[in-house]
Amino acid sequence: MSEAILNALQALGAGAHHIISPAGVPNLVMIGVALAMFWLAIRKGVEPLLLLPIAFGCLLANLPLSEVMDQGGFLKVLFDMGIGNELFPLLIFVGIGSMTDFTPLLQRPYMMLFGAAGQLGIFLTLIVALALGFPKALAVSVAVIGACDGPTVIYVSNLFAGKGMIDTSMVGALAVAAYSYMALVPIIQPPIMRLLTTAKERATPMPPVKARIPKSALVYFPILVTILTGIIAPKGLPLMGAIMLGNFLKVSGVVERLTKASENEIANVSTLFLGLAIGGTMAGPEFLKPQTLMVFALGLMAIVVDTVGGLLLGKLWYLLSGGKMNPLIGAAGISAYPMAARIVQVEGLRANHQNHLLMHAMGANTGGQIGSVMAASIMLAILKGMGLI
Amino acid sequence: MDNTTFGLTMLLVGMGGTLLTLWILAVLISWLTRLCQPRAKGGRHE
Repeated sequence: MSEAILNALQALGAGAHHIISPAGVPNLVMIGVALAMFWLAIRKGVEPLLLLPIAFGCLLANLPLSEVMDQGGFLKVLFDMGIGNELFPLLIFVGIGSMTDFTPLLQRPYMMLFGAAGQLGIFLTLIVALALGFPKALAVSVAVIGACDGPTVIYVSNLFAGKGMIDTSMVGALAVAAYSYMALVPIIQPPIMRLLTTAKERATPMPPVKARIPKSALVYFPILVTILTGIIAPKGLPLMGAIMLGNFLKVSGVVERLTKASENEIANVSTLFLGLAIGGTMAGPEFLKPQTLMVFALGLMAIVVDTVGGLLLGKLWYLLSGGKMNPLIGAAGISAYPMAARIVQVEGLRANHQNHLLMHAMGANTGGQIGSVMAASIMLAILKGMGLI
Repeated sequence: MDNTTFGLTMLLVGMGGTLLTLWILAVLISWLTRLCQPRAKGGRHE
């Protein structure tokens, strides 16, 4: 009897014993990381929709002797059903597509070029990561943080994780880095914008564009983008196809229920499950390694270089157009939508109180959304061509 | 394939391909918006 009671008490104390033992230190650190993410999401408003579920998944995975990521465990089931097969990022993309209005881009199609310049960070970061000795697949995954697009990062990195080319725990690190920097875009971008442009350039007025876009053009647009992506980079078709499907549902105007479901229920449920499952990959012993810190450093570099790329194209355009293009618009050529466009508007107004750049920047920003997915798709197509995936 | 060749190929073909594809898309969008404009009397685009 006393032995049974002793065994029962030992079982109850096993968790506490594990957490205070040396083996429990990494888990303890990650519980601290989860608490820090709670604080950032709740008190600072940093991407709470994603950060809260990720933090909770991280907490669940790091509590002593947790079985949530063991075979059949709660988070492992979520991981297998939506991350392991890349489903959740794609469902989130359907939601993003249905929430995005591409009218400003159709009014100014040339803004698409800013969406290309805003991907420079991806390719330069890839070279730096390779120079630092990262394996090819991990280097590509880190570089894709420069897409400023969480679902794209998760899709690409998990594609590699599924083939055993990178460690599954890195998917969590990459996702957290991507979403953290997306949330920090309002802090990262303005100093670079002020550093690389003169006061005169920032004050350049941009007249409003009043071109009316027919509804039929908005309907044909997602079909056109999907076909073009399918022809050029079929490996990235699920990514672009999902975002364009969501947009097509919206602009068709005949499936309001599906549009609302994509914007709300589908996007919300997928976001919750994706966040929890990603958090579940952040178990201390696998997550806490120098490579994770380097992933965060390179992710920051990718977003900084994206901004620089867009601004440099903006400055070139300013010169070539005889001072008619405000170079700040270039900074909006990333995927952080509509945050990057709003930053351009604020910086433009600081330089010239009469200057409203928002709709121009929205064109570049939606171009950046397409550009980031296109860049990732093209990378995957090249990797397939090289026989690496 | 060594890392230098891999990285430079990705930079040239990847960034070049992205720029070229998005430029093509911008041209196609311009055509699309022009084609979709409602026709004015006399059959000309508005």
